[in-house]
Amino acid sequence: MSSHTHRTLLEQMQEQGYSRRDFLKFCAWISAMIGVESTGVVSVVRALESKPRPPVVWFHFQECTCCSESFLRSSHPIVADIVLDRISLDYTETLQAAAGHQAEQALHDTMQKYRGEYIMTVEGSVPTKDGGVYCTIGGRTALDIVKEAAEGAKAIICWGSCASNGCIQAAKPNPTGATPIHKIIKDKPIINVPGCPPIGEVMAGVIVHVLAFDRLPQLDGLGRPKAFYSKRVHDSCYRRPFYDAGLFVETWDDENARKGYCLYKVGCRGPMTYNACGIMRWNCGVSYPIQSGHGCIGCSEAAFWDNGPFYRHLAAFPGFGIETTADNIGTAAGIATLGGMAAHAISTNIRKRKLIATTDGGVPKKGGDE
Amino acid sequence: MAIVRSKPMQQIYVWELPVRIYHWINFVCIVVLAATGYLVGSPVALKSTAEASNQYWFGTIRFVHFTCAYVFLFNFLFRLYWGFAGNEFASWKNFIPHNRAQWKELADVLRIDILQTRQEPLHSMGHNALAGVTYFMMFLAFAFQVVTGFGMYAAMSTSWFPQLFAWIVPLMGGDFAVRQWHHMMMWFFIIVGVIHIHLVFYHDYVEGRGTTSSMVGGWKFIDVERVIERIHSEVGPRKKKSKSD
Ligand code: SF4
Repeated sequence: MSSHTHRTLLEQMQEQGYSRRDFLKFCAWISAMIGVESTGVVSVVRALESKPRPPVVWFHFQECTCCSESFLRSSHPIVADIVLDRISLDYTETLQAAAGHQAEQALHDTMQKYRGEYIMTVEGSVPTKDGGVYCTIGGRTALDIVKEAAEGAKAIICWGSCASNGCIQAAKPNPTGATPIHKIIKDKPIINVPGCPPIGEVMAGVIVHVLAFDRLPQLDGLGRPKAFYSKRVHDSCYRRPFYDAGLFVETWDDENARKGYCLYKVGCRGPMTYNACGIMRWNCGVSYPIQSGHGCIGCSEAAFWDNGPFYRHLAAFPGFGIETTADNIGTAAGIATLGGMAAHAISTNIRKRKLIATTDGGVPKKGGDE
Repeated sequence: MAIVRSKPMQQIYVWELPVRIYHWINFVCIVVLAATGYLVGSPVALKSTAEASNQYWFGTIRFVHFTCAYVFLFNFLFRLYWGFAGNEFASWKNFIPHNRAQWKELADVLRIDILQTRQEPLHSMGHNALAGVTYFMMFLAFAFQVVTGFGMYAAMSTSWFPQLFAWIVPLMGGDFAVRQWHHMMMWFFIIVGVIHIHLVFYHDYVEGRGTTSSMVGGWKFIDVERVIERIHSEVGPRKKKSKSD
């Protein structure tokens, strides 16, 4: 596999029977995806036709492969066909033909030969508890592998919530100590592409951006590409007018649900979730959860599993059990306060009686001459 | 027969006009922010037959919340400034206990006014030491609400100002956590607010020194002997720090 890496994407496409026209269409499409302006398409074309594609190694650790699946189902065939399926990956446990020692050898060769040049992509989190024994490949722990591979990598792309923020295996109590990559590797540029899974086109866009421009896309404070993660699902949601009008689904089977009102009160996480679902949608733009009648569960946000229950607007409050929201606690504290105040008021009144009876301002009167 | 207080009282001007204005703007802001904030968290169910395009009540609630947040912030900033520019009762020194007298007063307030295990009256002029500390915590809570609130608001605003607070979201691990704590803090305001009102009434009820109306007119009453004591302590051998009493 690694033998292909010295060629450009155009050459590789042509080998697969695609025409230059197909190539240009692909460039225009992906440029639109990653949000470069129309004049920028030229630089994408230039880059992909002239620069040899950097080698890519793709690791799978604690994950379910939904990221790979999503990528493969990206709406543009060339993504799956060219970028991922046939030629692009120098190492990936799921898709490579090689197995066992051969596969490990291919990885080793790539890492040696292209030290400092290869792009490392990671799907899945890394267990850190008990010496990392909960995920091993070829007899080595994921932790070891990540550290070694990251050393020679030019940049790291973290696919999905697992690699970006830990996802479900990092949910409390996180028995394996599942850890996202950015908490393990500190000295390399890291792109987080969260989501469970991320949208296929988003993944394609990110990887093409890195390949074409040879630098990272603009990232936000959590290391996510701004092109896809700068807006909340809520900001592009077609149910937003109902939200602003204060028209909400109250229960799943009410009239409002049939009318397609906003799902805020039944737990929609759209207002807290940064993702492109409302714009790109899923399965070639067919739909996305809210369009299918289910609130967003916030799968691309850190700790979304711990912020349940999913069908409630307010999360359960940590440490108080699943049914307790901040409002329950607030109300309880409010009642306790009122109780305390009542006690205080009673004691104050007893004191005041004494005060009126005995003093002028609290000093006991002397001899009763006042 | 009427009960007459024999010890003479003296009026002192404690709360300057800017402090009073600040207080009432702050009061209105907190009430509006808590009410709208609560509604944003748990909107009431509206069974309306009108088209969504003809309604905007939830949008309006949020708009009021955001607008009020700006007023609240600038009012708060003004108060911080006044902590340096205002009179001795408005000074920041009242809020952070930094000398032994303040710590002693704090303990006294706890014993006398809160637990009521002692009876002799305690006559602070401005904030008493415990109130000062509480307001300092309140200021921290204000700052927290401002940062978390504008941090969340940054995502829906194109203005540069909220962007100054966007850093809090990644720091706290995402909008979800920020919202949760912003919401929790609302309850802190409600509870502290209720206790505050209770204690203001308490002081007036027991001491009769015009604590309640002082936030309207600025005047408080104090025993004449306390004033004389105070003047002595100020005119006499120079103290390191002026005691807030
Ligand atoms: S359904 Fe969810 S994302 Fe859409 S407007 Fe309502 S709260 Fe926002």
